[in-house]
Amino acid sequence: MARKSRKANRRHPLATVVLIAIGLVVTGGGYALFSSTTTASADTNTAASQSVIDEGEKLFAANCASCHGLDMQGTADGPSLIGVGAAAVNFQVGTGRMPMAMQGPQAMQKPVQFTDEQTAALAAYVASISPGPAIPDESLLQADGDAANGGELFRVNCAMCHNVAGAGGALTEGKFAPELTGVLATHIYEAMLTGPQNMPVFNDDNLSPEDKRDIITYLKYIENNPSPGGNELGSLGPVAEGLFVWIFGLGAVIGLMVWITAKSN
Amino acid sequence: MTSTIDRTDAPAGSADATPVVRKSGGFTAAAANYLEERTSISGVVKEFGRKIFPDHWSFLLGEVALYSFVVIILSGTFLTFFFQASMVETHYDGSFVPLKGVEMSAAMDSALHISFDVRGGLLVRQIHHWAALLFIAAIGLHMLRVFFTGAFRKPRELNWVIGFTLFVLAMAEGFTGYSLPDDLLSGNGLRIIDGLIKGIPFIGTWTSFLLFGGEFPGTQIVGRFYTLHILLLPAILVAALALHLVFVVVHKHTQFAGAGRTEQNVIGYPILPVYAAKAGGFFFLVFGVIALMASFFTINPIWNYGPYDPSPVSAGTQPDWYIGFADGALRLIPPGWEFVWLNHTWSFNIIVPVLALVGLLVLVAIYPFVEGWVTGDKREHHILDRPRNAPTRTAIGAAGVTFYAGLWAAASSDLMATHFQLSIEGVIHTIQAWVVLGPFIAYFVTKRVCIALMKKDREIVLHGYESGRIVRLPGGEYIEVHEQVDEYERWKLVDYEVYEPIMLRPNAQGKITGGMRFRARMSRWFFEDRIAPASKAELESGHHGHGEIEGGSNH
Repeated sequence: MARKSRKANRRHPLATVVLIAIGLVVTGGGYALFSSTTTASADTNTAASQSVIDEGEKLFAANCASCHGLDMQGTADGPSLIGVGAAAVNFQVGTGRMPMAMQGPQAMQKPVQFTDEQTAALAAYVASISPGPAIPDESLLQADGDAANGGELFRVNCAMCHNVAGAGGALTEGKFAPELTGVLATHIYEAMLTGPQNMPVFNDDNLSPEDKRDIITYLKYIENNPSPGGNELGSLGPVAEGLFVWIFGLGAVIGLMVWITAKSN
Repeated sequence: MTSTIDRTDAPAGSADATPVVRKSGGFTAAAANYLEERTSISGVVKEFGRKIFPDHWSFLLGEVALYSFVVIILSGTFLTFFFQASMVETHYDGSFVPLKGVEMSAAMDSALHISFDVRGGLLVRQIHHWAALLFIAAIGLHMLRVFFTGAFRKPRELNWVIGFTLFVLAMAEGFTGYSLPDDLLSGNGLRIIDGLIKGIPFIGTWTSFLLFGGEFPGTQIVGRFYTLHILLLPAILVAALALHLVFVVVHKHTQFAGAGRTEQNVIGYPILPVYAAKAGGFFFLVFGVIALMASFFTINPIWNYGPYDPSPVSAGTQPDWYIGFADGALRLIPPGWEFVWLNHTWSFNIIVPVLALVGLLVLVAIYPFVEGWVTGDKREHHILDRPRNAPTRTAIGAAGVTFYAGLWAAASSDLMATHFQLSIEGVIHTIQAWVVLGPFIAYFVTKRVCIALMKKDREIVLHGYESGRIVRLPGGEYIEVHEQVDEYERWKLVDYEVYEPIMLRPNAQGKITGGMRFRARMSRWFFEDRIAPASKAELESGHHGHGEIEGGSNH
């Protein structure tokens, strides 16, 4: 059990489904289970064992192939996955966006459907067919970089969609840039690397791995340090402030006005 | 406490000052006497101390604006001690980690210094900003109160215009203040203003260069806005405010209709001691509400926005609420309204909303004169209208509010889209329809509602209100007992007047001019649909004819 960071969502409502899936894998794959747990710690696109890849292939065929095609070539319902790499799979599946519940403006985040092992197996399988960006190294995800540089890069590259405080924002045709608080550092990194949904790709020539680390550092800083001015009102800016002053500020003042002019007995 | 009647013809002067001297009262009396002998102040005290204010909660909205303004001045003075209105480049070296070493202007640096390194600085900054939002909100509601109750009628038309000027000045104060910290959000706001100015045909570019001292953003604008924000605009604002209050004293306060209330008197409590105590206490209540908001809720977190740089724009960039209607107007313009003609770019996507906004504001400013011209009423009015008793005015107001609300909502179109999972195009198209059709719908619905309410009032006055008591008569018939409203209540329901449309008659030269026709048409529009209040004769005959009990079958 060497993978330490991907421990979120262990106890999930879908645990039963997952247990059944694991049971199927166990009966189907037999002895492969033992070897998979020992080798999965390696970087997924370099040294994933064949048994993990086989497990991933089965999961892929059962859950992904109906839209992405049995050979990842893509169909009318989903794009080709040739060259997307392990990072894209880990992001899309690890955040619950894939498998999609339905076609819509963009894949919605929802409860994660697979365990970390299954996600890793899917990523290993996709990466084994056609390599692409790998899952980032732990050393870049510690939020220990330069927050000031990260903040500047975030404002220039990210804030026009995600809002300066990472509160999210609207895009066209019902699409949107999601809120960034509460997103795992791995997923933030992978999103920059692979450009999920409507997000552009920020490859390593555009934002170096250290730049990405700094951006994560900045986001984690503002997430972990609440506003010194009190409740942030959703970090939504003047609209939230205006609503607040009209409803609560003026509301309180009008209440006091009625009280002060009420007839005394 | 009993109400006092302040007769407008009551003599005022310092003739009664001498009794103060005779009262033996130790230090207070001596001090009062000392002052009186040197300043003759008792005349002023007598005049103001016995000034009567009628009691109604909505009459305090202007006071809220005034008190917020006092809070703004107090907190703003503190901020000027630490703020550097300069766009000189510097590198931040304060205690907020994510901005350490970041290049920014001295203005932004000092605003961050106030927020993080001056004791109480952030609280005062937030008090200043929350008070500003409350100030303009209170002005807005105060204007609506004055509009819907007809308090702008003669002799108060000019005071309405002064109040309107205060509203515009307050928005200008707000906008210049919003721009001072030179953070990303305010810089984006300024860029929009720059775009608005540049969109004016012929003079736009040069006007923008004049304002910004060259190409946007330049290195001048913060210093210039600072001068406007703390010197010129407040000076004009205070002068206009003083004039506004002088007029309130000169005209005396309006009051709602009621028993004993006439156009010649004001019924309420005197300033001394009642209103001085109430208003003084109310100031601290308003200050307290602002201080609570500032203590517990972040406003304008410039440390999140970062220093201004023309390249980034944040999602969800909006102006403060009072400029929102202008931002919304820009967002609602459909694409493709910009074209090149005669070697010039014509930005109708800018010109049209600017004209619409200016038009809306001009209509607000001149409305009292328009209504005065339509009615031709030259009398003074000190008794307020209930909104329902002036259906056309109320409907016009509702249409205006609906139009403004549409523009205002459009400024948050992106947030509505994300928070209600809608497409932003859908939101924009809906609000476009709202802004065009909404005012008409609001007009007709409001007018019908007003007239229906007037009918109901008349019904209640003439036939009483339904008591809910069902009585079975000996013959088997069931009736509901109607009870008469008491005299005081009835007074409120009948004390209003209706205008009738002007009859179009030839003038002294025997001619009917176009202007006269227009005025007659306006008059018909205003007063064609009307419900007259129950007259004395009707009241009397109503009582005799139907008695206290009204048969259910009559309704």
